[in-house]
Amino acid sequence: MNAPIARLFALVLVLFGALAFASSWWTVFGAEDLRDNPNNRRVLFEEQRIKRGIIRAADGQVLAANRALSGERYERRYPAGELFSHPVGFTSLDRGRIGIEDFYNDPLTGRRSDPIGALERLLGPRDVGDDLRTTLSPEAQEAAYDGIGDRPGAVVALDVETGAVRALAATPTYDPSDPANAETFNRATQGRFPPGSTFKTVTATAALDSGRYEPGSQVSGENGKVISGTPLNNFGDEDFGQIDLTTALTNSVNTVWAEVAEELGKDTMAEYMRKFGFYDDPPMDYPDEQMVPSGEYGPRGRLLSPTSGQIDVGRMAIGQDKLLVTPLQMATVAQTIANGGVRMEPRLVEKIVDPDGRTIDEPLPEEAERVMSGESAAALGDMMRNVVREGTGTAAALEGVEVAGKTGTAEIDIDAGINTLWFIGFTDRVAVAAVVERQQGGFGGTVAAPIAKAVLEALGE
Amino acid sequence: MSARNRELMALVPASLLLTAGFAAIFIQESEVLSDISLTYGAWFLGLCFAGHLFLRFTLPHADPYMFPLVAVLACFGLVVIYRIDEDLARQQATWFVAGLLLFALTILLLRDLRVLERYRYTIALAGLVLLFLPRVPGIGQQVNGAYLGVGIGPISFQPAEFGKIAIIVFLAAYLRDTRQVLVQGSRRVLFVTIPPLKHFGPLLVVWGAAMLMLVFIRDLGSSLMYFGGFLALLYVATNRLSFVTIGMAMFAVGAWFFASTVSHVEERVRIWRDPFDPAWVEREGYQIAQSLFAQADGGLFGTGLGASLLRSPDGTSLIPAPHTDLIYAVITSELGLVGACGLILVYMLLVERGFRTAMLASDSFSKLLAAGLSAVFALQVFVIVGGVTKVIPLTGVTLPFVSYGGSSILANFVLLALLLLVSDRARRPGGAIGRRGLR
Repeated sequence: MNAPIARLFALVLVLFGALAFASSWWTVFGAEDLRDNPNNRRVLFEEQRIKRGIIRAADGQVLAANRALSGERYERRYPAGELFSHPVGFTSLDRGRIGIEDFYNDPLTGRRSDPIGALERLLGPRDVGDDLRTTLSPEAQEAAYDGIGDRPGAVVALDVETGAVRALAATPTYDPSDPANAETFNRATQGRFPPGSTFKTVTATAALDSGRYEPGSQVSGENGKVISGTPLNNFGDEDFGQIDLTTALTNSVNTVWAEVAEELGKDTMAEYMRKFGFYDDPPMDYPDEQMVPSGEYGPRGRLLSPTSGQIDVGRMAIGQDKLLVTPLQMATVAQTIANGGVRMEPRLVEKIVDPDGRTIDEPLPEEAERVMSGESAAALGDMMRNVVREGTGTAAALEGVEVAGKTGTAEIDIDAGINTLWFIGFTDRVAVAAVVERQQGGFGGTVAAPIAKAVLEALGE
Repeated sequence: MSARNRELMALVPASLLLTAGFAAIFIQESEVLSDISLTYGAWFLGLCFAGHLFLRFTLPHADPYMFPLVAVLACFGLVVIYRIDEDLARQQATWFVAGLLLFALTILLLRDLRVLERYRYTIALAGLVLLFLPRVPGIGQQVNGAYLGVGIGPISFQPAEFGKIAIIVFLAAYLRDTRQVLVQGSRRVLFVTIPPLKHFGPLLVVWGAAMLMLVFIRDLGSSLMYFGGFLALLYVATNRLSFVTIGMAMFAVGAWFFASTVSHVEERVRIWRDPFDPAWVEREGYQIAQSLFAQADGGLFGTGLGASLLRSPDGTSLIPAPHTDLIYAVITSELGLVGACGLILVYMLLVERGFRTAMLASDSFSKLLAAGLSAVFALQVFVIVGGVTKVIPLTGVTLPFVSYGGSSILANFVLLALLLLVSDRARRPGGAIGRRGLR
């Protein structure tokens, strides 16, 4: 009878092997899926036991802190309220996490990826997270919201040299302490707007940096030129005659820039748009789900290839056609021109500090790409300063500091007179983009430029 | 080194495990727990030592590893139960003392195992009565739809734990007599060996009983355990795979039939197939879903003893029945895959010692008894751990020696006593094995 007993034991080994296999499946290989399962509340409860790091503005003002609950649990509180809800976001048992709270969840919950952090994790989970110092300025943020008021719109201000985000405002905003009713759509990073004439700065970059044009190049400002088979008009059907490129930007002459882009061709335009960061998710330290790329969008809401046959390059060059951009993208365009042609990655967080006050990480300014030569950038900067000095953007002019800029008035409904109003601009230190969506009447120069000016002033310009 | 000295040495790891476990929990929850907890360890070790001394005098030649392996399991269980609930651990320790006494009593009363053979039909009847006791009105208890408990006044116990031993004893005695007839009297019909009906009759009764259990006890797991033990014994006795195949086919048909007609069984199977279905994940599927979530928390090394989340902040249980059915999920959560596999390994070693005892035994009854008890023990581990890890539908049996529960501890100590009795006889010098120099 010993042979069947041995075989019986072999069967038991197989059965126990199945148990070991199942255990390793649930604990190791399939554990990720189980932790992501929406019915799994353990993960959330465990995070409640952690005292999340504090999020601060650039001047130290507390934007997100904790309130103690019973049983050594903590709940988030947001003293700055609606003013910072879009960049900071929230963390909620029901609605999950968004914004900086999501992107920096690992440091905020004390998870570190370095070897020492991994060693510490073996000794048990830490229950206090690391603090964040953001680059955001409360004054600029306030100026932006005061400027936009209760109209739908957005403002993004970037430090020219580092790409640090000084303001990231979008309306409507929401109360982060009440995530259940929060309307979290962020017009600054998710809003897709026709850029109007602000896009002429991109066209001008392509024109100057390709070496085919100079600021003094003579071009025809004639009204009603045929672009892609259809006559194109200037604002107010004005006929400018023979002018130079600087004047064409100062007065935002549509027919000039459309013709320039047709001359340059789709490939050159696509090359410079890509260098500026169009057609890609912005490289900001912010959740990808809350940012959209800028570019030409097809009828089903999908990005078109920049060289697609459906693109009317002349009308795209003046911010029309199917071109849709985010305020963050246009702020980056202004920052690049101001920074001698070097595009920087936008940064929301400048420092990660542990609970004892030691700096753990300082995400350094990160160069994204050189978009154009220093000379091209300087020449374009001069042209844009002229816009504020004597062109459409005079409302952004500041006392004692020269401002460069470009206005945009994108016509949404010509019969009803509804426009989306833009201003992008910069000083030596700060670049800014402001947009107000779907306004009855008004121009970029009269509505958006004063908002940008107020934000620049709040930042000490 | 003599068998008993090896047993004494093997108790050392058990004591280390116990001390380390209690110390870990004590450090983790020092604010909540009293330092009396540390003395539990000392008491427990004293009991193990007493058990060892008892074996030294009564069964000097018995397998030296079984008792220490059981001590490891019991220590492990006590530590985990202590971590779940201090009061339950105190009661479990009491049951452990009672279990040791019953263990000693069994060994003293059954010095000659042939007594069991003589009373086989009485034992079979007792076993069947025990199995159906939970359905007797007035004393039967229904838990989660299954009838597994009996309550008389303040005392409640799970007769099925004892029933399994009675059934195995009966089958071992019955098959010892009939195995020759079963093999020789069978005819081959269409490549299938059919045993003579006359001798197979009582075995059909066992099959019928297993099926009835599905209906009356409504528990797929325990009927799988009994019927699996029956098939294992039948196979060992006859060495005919065809008998087992027929048996399994019959069980499968029966299980399928009842799984689709008895609503409780059908529900268990449905939940098992997709525990996360929104229709029941927060209700009937809660247990298995939470079990898996807890295990996922464990990872490779676990969260540490005492560190796993048993309750949500508002007090609802995140691991239902953590001290009985789902104790394996608690262990995996806190000690990780490493701890869980270590536990399975200990069970495997214990089962191996059991089967080895069966192989060493010289008479058929002892062989069948040891093989059957080992098989049913292994199956019980498989049914509950398999249920908790979603290998099979989850049903409520205890994890032997680890789960909280008096009946489970007592019954399994009887099982251990029977195995050691067989072992002592088989390994006695001067017996057939001793002469060949095997130990």
